[in-house]
Order: sequence, then structure tokens, then C-alpha cells
Amino acid sequence: MNNFPVLSLITFLPLVGAAMIFVMVQGKDPEDIARRSRWMALFTSGITFLISLVLWIDFDRSTADFQFVETMTWFPGLNISYHMGVDGISVLFVLLSTFLTPICILASWESIKDRVKEYMIAFLILETMMVGMFSALDFVLFYVFFEGVLIPMFIIIGVWGHGERRVYAAFKFFLYTLLGSVLMLLALLVLYLQAGTTDIPTLMQTPLASSLQIWLWLAMFASFAVKIPMWPVHTWLPDAHVQAPTAGSVILAGVLLKMGGYGFLRFSIPILPEATETLTPLIYVLSAVAIVYTSLVALAQPNMKKLIAYSSIAHMGFVTIGMFTLTMAGVTGSIVQMLSHGIVSAALFLCVGVVYDRLHTLEISRYGGLVHNMPKYAAVFMVFMLASVGLPGTSGFVGEFMILIGTFQVNTWVAVFAATGLILGAAYMLYLYRRVVFGKLTKDDVKAMPDLNARELAIFVPMILIVIWLGIYPSSFTDITDASVINLIENYQQALADADGVDVAAQ
Amino acid sequence: MDTLAFFAIFLPIIGAALAMPFGRAWGDHAAMAVSIACICLAAIFSIILFFNIVGGEDRIVTLFTWMAVGDLQFSWALRFDSLTAVMLIVVNGVSSMVHIYSVGYMHSDPHRPRFFAYLSMFTFMMLMLVTADNLIQLFFGWEGVGLASYLLIGFWYDKDSANKASIKAFIVNRVGDFGFMLGILAIFLIFGSVEFSVIFENAASMADATFHFLGWEVHALTTACLLLFVGAMGKSAQLGLHTWLPDAMEGPTPVSALIHAATMVTAGVFMLARMSPVFEYAPWALLVVCIVGALTAFIGATIGMTQWDIKRVIAYSTMSQLGYMFFAIGVSAYQAAIFHLMTHAFFKSLLFLSAGSVIHAMSDEQDMRKMGGLARHIPWTYAMMWIGSLALAGIGIPMTFGIGFLSDLPGIGFAGFYSKDLIIEAAFADHTWFGILAYWLGTLAAFMTAFYSGRLIFLTFHGKSRVEEKVMAHVHESPWVMLGPLCVLGFGATFAGAIGYYWLVGYGMEGFWGHSVLVLPGNDTIEAAHHVALWVKLMPLGLAVSGLVIAWLYYIVIPSLPATTVRAFRPIYYLFFHKWYFDELYDYTFVRGAMKGGDELWKVGDQTIIDGLGPNGFASASRALGGRFSRLQSGYIYHYAFAMLIGVVVFVSWYFWGLGG
Repeated sequence: MNNFPVLSLITFLPLVGAAMIFVMVQGKDPEDIARRSRWMALFTSGITFLISLVLWIDFDRSTADFQFVETMTWFPGLNISYHMGVDGISVLFVLLSTFLTPICILASWESIKDRVKEYMIAFLILETMMVGMFSALDFVLFYVFFEGVLIPMFIIIGVWGHGERRVYAAFKFFLYTLLGSVLMLLALLVLYLQAGTTDIPTLMQTPLASSLQIWLWLAMFASFAVKIPMWPVHTWLPDAHVQAPTAGSVILAGVLLKMGGYGFLRFSIPILPEATETLTPLIYVLSAVAIVYTSLVALAQPNMKKLIAYSSIAHMGFVTIGMFTLTMAGVTGSIVQMLSHGIVSAALFLCVGVVYDRLHTLEISRYGGLVHNMPKYAAVFMVFMLASVGLPGTSGFVGEFMILIGTFQVNTWVAVFAATGLILGAAYMLYLYRRVVFGKLTKDDVKAMPDLNARELAIFVPMILIVIWLGIYPSSFTDITDASVINLIENYQQALADADGVDVAAQ
Repeated sequence: MDTLAFFAIFLPIIGAALAMPFGRAWGDHAAMAVSIACICLAAIFSIILFFNIVGGEDRIVTLFTWMAVGDLQFSWALRFDSLTAVMLIVVNGVSSMVHIYSVGYMHSDPHRPRFFAYLSMFTFMMLMLVTADNLIQLFFGWEGVGLASYLLIGFWYDKDSANKASIKAFIVNRVGDFGFMLGILAIFLIFGSVEFSVIFENAASMADATFHFLGWEVHALTTACLLLFVGAMGKSAQLGLHTWLPDAMEGPTPVSALIHAATMVTAGVFMLARMSPVFEYAPWALLVVCIVGALTAFIGATIGMTQWDIKRVIAYSTMSQLGYMFFAIGVSAYQAAIFHLMTHAFFKSLLFLSAGSVIHAMSDEQDMRKMGGLARHIPWTYAMMWIGSLALAGIGIPMTFGIGFLSDLPGIGFAGFYSKDLIIEAAFADHTWFGILAYWLGTLAAFMTAFYSGRLIFLTFHGKSRVEEKVMAHVHESPWVMLGPLCVLGFGATFAGAIGYYWLVGYGMEGFWGHSVLVLPGNDTIEAAHHVALWVKLMPLGLAVSGLVIAWLYYIVIPSLPATTVRAFRPIYYLFFHKWYFDELYDYTFVRGAMKGGDELWKVGDQTIIDGLGPNGFASASRALGGRFSRLQSGYIYHYAFAMLIGVVVFVSWYFWGLGG
């Protein structure tokens, strides 16, 4: 198995599936085309997920080295190669992507009725891009996947989105990301000219002048901060969510937001340690503002998806704080928080999708009293609401707590601001839940809504199990990240120490 | 013993998990049977455990790792020592009585399996809280009971007021948790661990340590303890964070008895007692605890005197009694606080369940103005209410001489007589200014306690009936499934004080507590309390008796007196009646502030400023520019953007190929 290109297989299998749907699913009957596309997409993504479990099983927990590495020359004269591999930081995100894709396809089973074939193809291409992005070990390759993710996403929102303002949302989404992308491309070019390679492991070993680091860091920051998103470049997210179809929101919240966090961990911190040290206060301030600001805004939202979108921004504020503490607990916590948020916010958007499919509105005030006719739904929604609130025993707590532990050691002010999220997070989620689920059942159209069906339950049950597993026994996840996180922090401190040494010598 | 312990802790959650499926499969009775069986077994096991643990070595049962990241290492583990043993009996004991009582009280509710599942889940979480071996697991139980409380307050989810109250309870508790969490973080920073054994071993060596907190150089343990205390204030409804407790009475009455009187609200007291090895080295924190507790005891009692809702009177009484426990801790009388916690659990749950019995008889009427003269109709409930009230008021016969086996006791009386008086005396015996303050506030509160207890009984059971006729037709004594638990708790409210006195706060104290509670030499106020002057001991009792007598005068002998008094002291009456305006203040500042702030940040911050300067501004600017050049283009800005991106990609590709070639 050692030489078997499992990462490439996971990455490109969905693409193959997409091609097969494109070629093989033909015919006159649109119903039949839709049905076959659905099944083929589910089958492909299911197989992909099963194969990706090999990563979980065979992953060597004791080393920080990249594993499942594949290298092939790509641009021979340029020192650019097709270099894939995962370490403890990225492997779990690959699994998150392969886990969420079949769920998205199941969630779109009945709600997508037009152009089902194209929709499924778009989703499978999206999966390829996501997995590739988390496995790429060459900056150019990474950049291709990183930008490539946007195209199917842009199309999914623009074509299958359900709002009237989807063009505006798609445009806003695009404009923000474009700004970041151009700057990151510049950073990529400069790095290449400096180091003569775009190989990420090599770049991590290449010392760069501090003044240059600052510029590169800011350029990458522009890209990653938009993706996460950080305050004040966050306003594209609520609009994109509101307009996106349910499964689009799931991927957006579940995986796309993590691209920014992953970018910081893979590029900014290891390649630009001195700039990281200098600019950490900026991250702290923006994240702390984000937590308080977006939580308050979430409280005032009359639209379910906007509310959860704003809550995502607050949760990602925790993530950015945690990773830039560069403490064991902080960085691990930020990874756990990203995984947890990947499941929990995805599930919350699915919960919204369930009622949207039935009533076709996102206005909170149109609902109320769902507990009467949808008790199963009420229970499921409750679990994810509590996980979002960070109740101990759920995944949400583990990440938040580790981040707070790490933060308090470094800066108590930041920890205090972050901890206000404990209060505000509970406020907007409980308030949402009360308005949607509790109360008397008076509205006729709401009365007619049926409870979860078997398909919907099959989507939620595995997600609930993961939320509790991660909450009670997170060690099975942190065992995987441990070695890589230790390595990240040690290298960071070593690089700073070396830089200090150079400064002293220069004097 | 480990197996026994395991079952005592985990049976309730098994009951909780089974209640709903059993209910679905075999009906409500199966659901109730399984959860009651589990909880009663757990209660029996805890009694056996109690005798195994007390006087023996502390035991720690480690289950499995919870978090292991760098220095942050801890496991799921159960800790058994004397403090836990007492709490196990209180929790499982009261819980089993409440479970049985609920069979009668909830007999016509369509959601009984859910109710019992929640009750059992609550019990499990409370057990996790009291057996925690580290602060995080304590926090797990802490939040778990909060969740159960939220679910049970809002159990009748059709009621808008119940939904409001449940959210309020959760959020106000979260404000406390904000402090608790920061306290945990501070403890970890100081000790490098969240496990009790490590913290307690090293507390003494950290007595003079300092650290930087929010830019200040602060005394480490004092800061940590104060932050933890904020958490305790939330959970235990201390002044400032107490506003959720009275509203929590929206929940079914058995819930009020179990969660909002006997167990959950005492979690803060338990936590501080558990952390006594740290608090002992933070005298300033103890000072704050003492003052807040004393004020809570006093203010809670003032409000209790003016309320008309029978459950709210008892709720404010609970707040006030919790205040006693806290100022006991503030003067290092941890054992007295736990002793009062135990006796209070009995008599307060008795009072609530009796009130529930009254409400049950009255077809869900809770306003005492619409009661009166019920004693003849519900005699058992009436008797139990008297026992609970006398225990609450701390009535007994003091003795300065010993008679046989009673020689260790300060007298003969109801449970509260032993525990409450001891707390008040301990405060006096502390001989600090805040101890004396607590003594006087506590004494005054004791007077008011007796007064509102008497007021409750006289208004409800005596005098002329003010009951509506159609309600009166249905007034009936509760069934035995409800009266039985009342009698058991009545027994506890009568004798728990006398039985526990010797072990918990008397001469057997040292052997009983072992290492579970630490009191530094020189802080032993309980020992000192046995030697205070006679007037100090007699004052609270004398005032309590006069409180009852005055209540009798007010509401039986001269019924016009209350109105006259209100007229004479109108402003003060309004202050008390409106609960010192805490709710109004919070609503105006925090609730509306947050809502309005959120709205403005959204509409002004996001939409006007950020979007206006960002994408929208960019769009309109480029549209204006674009319009000048040509109208032939499609006009959509993102088309330009897309063209730009493609241009960039082409450019880069060309660049690379050029380099390569």
C-alpha cells in the first residue's frame, strides 16, 4: 500500500465520477436523468469517503512528517511539481470534506429539482477541489485548487440559489475573493523568485528577510481573512449563505471557511514566523471584535440563515485567536474548533434546510411551535444548538475551551473578550430556537409540516454521533494532530530564536 | 465498592435514556417505573456508599482520558470523599422522593416520559458535578444541570412565560459561567493543572503568587477565587445574578423542589466548599463572598415578605437561605455551609412539594390572596407545611446543659435550628467587621424568614376562605403517592439537623470530613461559634419566634394591619415588592442594549459602513466609470472582475512558460 497514490485517488475519484455522469447519464426523460445522476453522485462520494478512511486508519500518529506523499514533475524547468501529502493538520480536513460531500448530496436529494445532473457534477468537482486543496504540498498546485473551489461554488450559488438577490451575493462573494486571490498570487510569485521553488516543505525551511515577510504575510492575510472570514471583510458570507441552496451553505460553512484557517496554519505561520509574531496583535484585535460584534448582530437577525452565518463568523474568531497563540492548547483547539464547526454549522444549515424545504421561507417569524408536529426535528436541532453554544460533552466545548486555555496564557484581555462569546452565543442560539421550535402551534402552514423522514434522519444521526464523540473523547482526534502541532510550534520558536540570533550578530 | 459507586452515579442516566423508549413501547407507566426504579436504586447505593466512604480514604475512579494536549491533561474520573458522600445522599435522596411525588403531581400531563427523562438526566448531571475530580468535569456537570434546568423550566413549552424564564435562566447562568470559565483558566495558569489533587497540594505554595490580569499585577489566588465565585453567584442565585431564580418557578413544582431548591442552586456552595483549600489562601475573596452572601440573605428575605405567589415566596426564601450558606463560607465555616445545605435540601424541598400539593388541590392556583382556610381540607399538607416552615425558621429549644445522649447538641429543634443558628454564630465568632455585618444581616433575615413563613401559612391555611367557589368544590387532599414523599422529607426536615450535628459540625467533625475540606488554623469559626456569648445565640431564635408571632398578629388577629403598614412605609414596600428593581434595570440596560446594539451594528456597521465603503461603493464607482467608456458591455461588474481574473491567470501562465522556456 505504501506506494499506492491514495491521496490522488481520493482527490480525483469525484472528478471521474463527474465525468461519468456527464458522459453516461443521457436520455430523454428528465426524471430518469435526475435519478441516475443522484445515485451515481452518491455512490461516487460514498466510495470516496470509504477510501478516505484509509487515511484515518493508516495515518502514523507518531510523526510530524508528511504522509501518503506523492511527487511527480509538473513543470520540469521551473521546479514546480505535483506534490501531494498530508500531515496531522491537514488530514482531518480531507476527511471532513469527504464526509460532508455525500451528506450534501443526500440533502439535495429532493430539494434540487432543476438541472440535477449539472448540480451533481458541480458538487463532485467541488469535492475534488476541496480535497486537492488540503492535500497539495506545492504552492502552485495549492493555488489552483484554492481558486478552483470558487468556481463550482460560485455556480452553485448563482444557478441553484434560492433568493432573488443571488446575483448580488455571488458578485459580492466573487469580488472579495478576487481581491484576496490577486494578492496571494503576488505573494506566490515573490516567494518563488526568492526561494526558487514553490514546494511547501522546502519553503518552510527557507528563511526570509523580516521586512519582506511582513508584505508577504499581509498579502496572504488578505486572501485567508476573506475566506475565514474575519471582521471587517465578512459581509459577503451572510449574503452568500442566504442565497445559496442548503447544500451550498453546508459546504460553505463546513469546508470553505476552513480554507482560510488552514491557510494560516500551512503558510503564514510556518513560512513567515517573524511577520506572524509582529502581526499577531492585529489578528487578536480583529478576532475579538468579530466575536462581540457578530454575536450582537446575530442577535438582531430576522433571517435564520443570516443568524447562523453571523454565528459562524464569531466561531471562526475563536479559531484565529487560538492558532495565533502558538500554544499547544490554542493551536490544537483551533483545529478541533474548525472540525467541530465544520460538523455543527453544517448540521445547523441542514436543519434550516429541512424547514425551508417544507415552508420555503427563511423568516424566523413565519415559524413557531414546531416541537408539536416535528418532535424528532426539535430534538436534532436541540443537539446542534447546544453544540454550537459549546455545552461540555459536545464538540463545541472542547475546541472553545482549549482555545481559551491557550489564550489566557498569552493575553488575558483577549481571553476575556473571547469568553463573552459564551454568553452572547447562548443568547442568539436559544432565542432562535425558542422562536422556531417552542411556543404554541398556531400557523396553518406550519401545522402542515411533516417530521423528519428516514433520509433526513440518516443524514443527522452520524453527525450527532461525531459531535458527541469529539466532545467526550477528543483524544482520538488530537492524537492525530499532536505531533504536527508540536512540530509547528517548535519550528516557529526555533525560527524566531534564529532570527534573534541574526539580529544580535548584525549588531 | 467501585461497582457500587459506578451504579450509584450511572443508574440515573440509564433511567433517563430508557424513559422515552419505554414510554413509547409500553406507555407512560413503564417510563415512570423504569426511571423511578433506577433512581431509587441509586439512592440506596449512595447510602451504602456513604458509610463506606466516610472516615475512610478518598477514592478516585478514573474512567478514560478526556483531553490530553500539551500540559492540559485530565480524565473523566469520579472522586469520592466525605463531601461527595453527603452530596450523594442529598441528591439521590431528594431526587428519588421528587420522582415518586411527580407520579401524582404530573398524573394528567401528556408528556410524562419526557418529564421523567429530564429529571433523571438532571440527577445524573448533578452527580457528575459532585463527584468531579477536576474543574472541567465539574463544569460539565455544572452546564449539564443548567441544561436540565433550562429544559424543565420550559417544560410547558406552549407557555410564553415559561420559554422566557428558561432562556433567562440559561443566559444569566452563562454570565456566571463567564466568570467560572475565566476562573478555571486562571487556576490552570497558576497550577498548570485542573485536577483537584494537584491544585490542593500546591495551593499553599502559591499563597503569595501574582500574575498579570488585564494589565494589572494581581494576587493570583484571590483573582482566581473571585472569578470562580462569579460562577457560583450565577448558579446559586446570589445578589446581582439572582433574577432568574424566581422566574424559574414557571417550571412544574417538583422541578422547583429538586432543582431550584434542594440541589442545583446549591452547586455554587458545593463548589466553593470543594475549593476550600484554595479559598483559604485568598482571604480577600472570602471577604467578598461573605458580604455578597449576607446581602443576599437580607435582600432575598425582604422580597419574600411581599410576594403573593406561593412559589415565589419560597423561591426568594431559597435565595435568602443560599445567602446564609455563602456567608458561612465567607467566614471559613465550610462545614456549617454544607450542613445547612443538607438540612435546607430537606425542608425546602418539603416546602416546595407541599406548596405543590396546595396548588394541586387548588386547580393550579398559586396566588395566596385567593386561598385561605385550607387547613381543614388538606390536613396532611398543612402539617407538612408547618414542619417545613418551623425548620426553615429555625425553631427549637436551646439548652445550655446536657441531657444524656443529647449532651453534644445545642438544644432540641427542627433541622434549620441547628444549621442556621450555627452559621449566624460562626459569623459572629469570626470577629471581623464583615463577620459582624453578616451576623446582623443574618439575624434580621432570620426574623423576616419567620415572618414570611408565618405569613404563607396563615394566608394559605387559616382565616376565612377566599377561594373561588368552583375551585373550592374540587379542593382535595393529594394522593398518597404525593403525601408519602412529603412524609419522608418531613422526617428529614425534623431530624436531619439533630442526627447530622455531631458528625458534620460537632465533635465528630474532624473524623468525618477528613481531607475533603480545609480550614486553616485560626480560621476555625465553627469551634469558636460554640463559645460565643449567650445573647448572640439567643438573638436569632428570639427574633424568629417573634417573627412568627407578628405574622400571626398581622394575618389572623388584626387583618387590617398589613394594609396600614404598607400605607405607612409605601416607598419601602414598593422597593421590596418590585424586587429592588433589578429586573427593570437589567432589562433596560443589558437586554435592550444588546438588541439595539446588534441591530445598529448590523444596519449601520455592516450595511452602511463596511458594504458602503467596500463592495457596493466599489461597484457604484466602477459603474460610473464604466458607463462613461461604453454601454456596449453587459454592465455586470462581476463580468469585468471575471475578465480581470482570467487576464491575471493568462499573464501568470505566460510568465511561467517564459521562464521555463
